[in-house]
Amino acid sequence: MAIHKEHELHSRRWGRNLGLGLALGLFVALVFGLTIVKVSRQDEHGNPPSAKATP
Amino acid sequence: MTDFSAIDTSKEAGFSDFVQLLKPRVMSLVVFTALVGLIVAPVPVHPFIAFTSILFIALGGGASGALNMWYDADIDRIMRRTAGRPIPAGRIAGGEALGFGLALSLLSCLMLGLAANWFAGAFLAFTIFFYAVVYTMWLKRLTPQNIVIGGAAGAFPPMIGWAVATGGVSLESLLMFALIFVWTPPHFWALALFMKDDYSKAGVPMLTVTHGRPTTRKHILAYTLLLAPVALSLAFTSIGGPTYLVAAILLNAWFILGAVQIARRSEAAAEADGYKAEKAFFRFSLAYLFLHFGALMVEESLHAFALGGW
Repeated sequence: MAIHKEHELHSRRWGRNLGLGLALGLFVALVFGLTIVKVSRQDEHGNPPSAKATP
Repeated sequence: MTDFSAIDTSKEAGFSDFVQLLKPRVMSLVVFTALVGLIVAPVPVHPFIAFTSILFIALGGGASGALNMWYDADIDRIMRRTAGRPIPAGRIAGGEALGFGLALSLLSCLMLGLAANWFAGAFLAFTIFFYAVVYTMWLKRLTPQNIVIGGAAGAFPPMIGWAVATGGVSLESLLMFALIFVWTPPHFWALALFMKDDYSKAGVPMLTVTHGRPTTRKHILAYTLLLAPVALSLAFTSIGGPTYLVAAILLNAWFILGAVQIARRSEAAAEADGYKAEKAFFRFSLAYLFLHFGALMVEESLHAFALGGW
């Protein structure tokens, strides 16, 4: 068996790596987005300081 | 070359096995109820914060599912329904699932705390603790009331959603909790009536096994009757309204009717028609919860048109 042959195991590992990569990418995007929202808006809910709670 | 086959490649975990550890079907319920709790809360939340919060609440719920599968691997191996889960099937090692669950628990609570507020983050941590330790480790194998108390874990998400927006607890969020809490026992016992899992072999005291099926039928009716006032009282809070009230009256009347039918049936009659009434009741119980929370959403969206509420 040639060493470069694609085994089913490799495709499964590739799937796992791809999934992990996408999850990490999403996480980075989330933290970035949170930062933008938190920095550009004031209170802990991400609302502008003028926003009043509506009943 | 006898150890040539020592690496069993057929059993290496794929990405989907890790997803399966998170119990995606339970997660969908968590996402929906937490989202409703967040949206109906009186404090507006920035859409991105809301999205992130719901995501990490779901991830926390998934993490508790992974911890549950780690601890319950011995039971899952015995029962037919669960034998195909990643750990009993040998695709993921127990320790791996434990690490996965713990890491995701920590991450989700921290991120929820950072994204929303620390009360919500701590609440999520408590929910994970409740499901993984109180329910899975202490109660599940100890008492036939396991489902009743364990149901609390599944009932916390709308309260967490509410906490994301308000940073606290209120009558409304407690009633949303109570709605799921009291709904869980009849929902699961109806399933236990027709699934006939090998719980006794696995050493899990299910009410159907410990107290018999006729008792379980009566218990379903009792909890369904208890559920109606909880569901109706939500209509008279700040998040309820006429639309919710009408929906709640209809849904509860239907639910009680189904429970009465189940309570009156003998096991022989149920056996004869293949547990038709029990299966219908179980299916309806899912719609019941979905529509109650859906009605709360409708009330909230009617506010935009100066309608909804009282």
